[in-house]
Amino acid sequence: MSTLLARARGSAATVVFLLPMLLVFGLFSWWPIVRSFVMSLQQTNLVTPAEFVGLDNFRAVLDDPLLTTAAQNTLWFALLALVFGYPVPLVLAVVMSDVRRARGLYSMLAYLPVVVPPAVAVLLWRFFYDAEPTGVFNTILGWFGLGPVPWLEDPSWAMPSLVLEATWAAAGGTVIIYLAALVSVPPELYDAAEVDGAGILAKVWHVTLPHLRGIMLITLILQIIGTSQVFLEPYLFTDGGPDNATLTILLLVYDYAFANTTGGDYGKATALSLMLAGALAVLSVVYFRLTRRWSE
Amino acid sequence: MRNHRRRGFTALATIASLATVSALAAACGSDDADQEGDGKVHITVEGWRPGDEQGTIDAVEKQAGAFMKENPDIVVEPVEWEWNAETFATQLAGGQLPTSFRVPFTDTLGLAERQQIADVTDYVDDLPYAEDFNPSVLAAAQGTDGRTYGLPTDVYGVGLHYNRDLFEQAGLDPDDPPTTWDEVREDAEAIAEATGKAGYVQMSTNNTGGWMLTTLTYALGGRIESEDGTQASVDNDATREGLQLLHDMRWEDDSMGKNTNFEWGTINEAFAAGKVGMYMSGSDVYNALVTTNQIDPASYGLAALPLGDGADVGILGGGSVAAVSAKASPEEQEAAVKWNDFYRERKNYDPDAAVADALVLAESDQPIGTPTLPIFDQETWQTVEDAKAEYVNVPREQMTSFTEGVFDQALVPEPAAHTQEVYAILDSVVQKVLTDEGADIDALLAEADDKAQALLG
Repeated sequence: MSTLLARARGSAATVVFLLPMLLVFGLFSWWPIVRSFVMSLQQTNLVTPAEFVGLDNFRAVLDDPLLTTAAQNTLWFALLALVFGYPVPLVLAVVMSDVRRARGLYSMLAYLPVVVPPAVAVLLWRFFYDAEPTGVFNTILGWFGLGPVPWLEDPSWAMPSLVLEATWAAAGGTVIIYLAALVSVPPELYDAAEVDGAGILAKVWHVTLPHLRGIMLITLILQIIGTSQVFLEPYLFTDGGPDNATLTILLLVYDYAFANTTGGDYGKATALSLMLAGALAVLSVVYFRLTRRWSE
Repeated sequence: MRNHRRRGFTALATIASLATVSALAAACGSDDADQEGDGKVHITVEGWRPGDEQGTIDAVEKQAGAFMKENPDIVVEPVEWEWNAETFATQLAGGQLPTSFRVPFTDTLGLAERQQIADVTDYVDDLPYAEDFNPSVLAAAQGTDGRTYGLPTDVYGVGLHYNRDLFEQAGLDPDDPPTTWDEVREDAEAIAEATGKAGYVQMSTNNTGGWMLTTLTYALGGRIESEDGTQASVDNDATREGLQLLHDMRWEDDSMGKNTNFEWGTINEAFAAGKVGMYMSGSDVYNALVTTNQIDPASYGLAALPLGDGADVGILGGGSVAAVSAKASPEEQEAAVKWNDFYRERKNYDPDAAVADALVLAESDQPIGTPTLPIFDQETWQTVEDAKAEYVNVPREQMTSFTEGVFDQALVPEPAAHTQEVYAILDSVVQKVLTDEGADIDALLAEADDKAQALLG
């Protein structure tokens, strides 16, 4: 009996410790999620009483021709970010882990962009991306007889330009994760590989990468989820333009909710958000099913 | 067993916290009290834009002091605020809006229809000049129900703003701005060639692309919607001609610079920094160029917008409505209308009020005399202009082309229905033409017309 009581007391203590976290998460994460479920079935402007409209919002979103554009653009961003953005932190981390001197300095330099507030970073990069020949990047390209490039002013250039900035801004965080994982690779394995005549690339391929596999699979899905929700760059750099070339799903959600000056369509916005969340959840489950064998 | 018990506790705690959260969220939604215990009505009002200089803030504060002396039972607090469609609805829902603020003419109808701004007909009708408004201007502050939702202010017509320094550098006469679109094109090319700066630039993002394409359409004799707002007419010859002009200036003459992402604020910034030869905007933008962008007055010029031939040519006219939050109590609504009368409207009607206003502005070194258009009849407007003439401190002699020409130009209101949404559709069209040399203007217009018609029903 007394052990039961002690156990109950222990559980009560757990709950007390949990409570602040539950409250904060409840107020700022779960409650809004519950509200968005409700709102996706309503027509509301947040002032007059909401009206229940069933699945009309979902239908309206699916009928919107901009949804296809936004989905294509988001996939394009995710793909570009995967091709260019995914290997960069890995290469940086592997190279940095091999550096013997001033490793702290390199870590700091790699992490610095993450510390810069995103809006400030975008302001900075807008100067770099000035399309005039006198812009920072165009001046540099000019030294080599290249350009000027219409970085943000051309539908085909705009998205790669956003990916470039986003990669710069986000790589540092992933580098740190990889660096931490690299510490766990036993040095004997490198020594053994060296004895077997392995060069640098062979060591990376046969020792480093297999050890990072688990982490890489996690960062990959995190990156896919992150890039599917890209908002900041298209919003601050181009506002979805030129000619909707950088309109992403989240920007479309934002436009539904806020860009319509006469009230905003929160129903459609939450409906599209939920559809995106559902798609990402399904993707994550499929991804983990498919990769379960490799990550073990 | 142990796991079960623990799960039970966690579930209980989760339910408890969710219940607390919903209670908290409900509590947050309740309205603030109108009164603060001193028996006075407290209101917050739109004071100055983010980034405005101290002089602007001082001038508003002084006016607030004078207002409270006249109305001892009202406490008015000017706050930093700027109309932003994107945050408006959430600010309103979250109780973060000032009691009184200005919204563009284009948005009043929709906001009124959605009951997001207050019906202040009764308070407006009490004002001494209620019967004297120019009916077409007052209409901009009224809903489809015929009720009045604020006081119309800051009525402007679009003009052509130009940089006199760049004109001189290009060998052009700054006192002889272009009067036709062919001349605009020639001058823009001359400026681009001589200075390397953009000769002419047009807004293209955040619905301002649509706003300015509509302006260009009006100037060339076309319309974007039927007068009653039921039929889209985006696919018309004037819009086509305007887009072709933009296309040719951008791609044949290369006189529009390489940067094309501009909206109201960023184009002002670029213009004040001397990077732009000419652009179209409201005739009153000089105020913002001074208070927000610190433009050099000597470099500024304002010309009447060149118009094409034909009976329907005109300049786009707009303005703001000094509206009141739908969440304000009747006492607050009344106080807000009184403030708007005192601070924004009376000076357009009563010569003494105009002089008093000019004196406060002069003390804080704020621009006085930037061209606006009549809210009442032209005679009233002229009387007020004459009364404050001696206080004018903006370079009016550099705006004569506009001030002398504007009254001969027809003022055309903005499209009647779904204005901002139609502007958003046109944004894409302008962006396409400015970023794609091979843009098919006919196809773009046909597509935009379909989209606009779908909105108008």
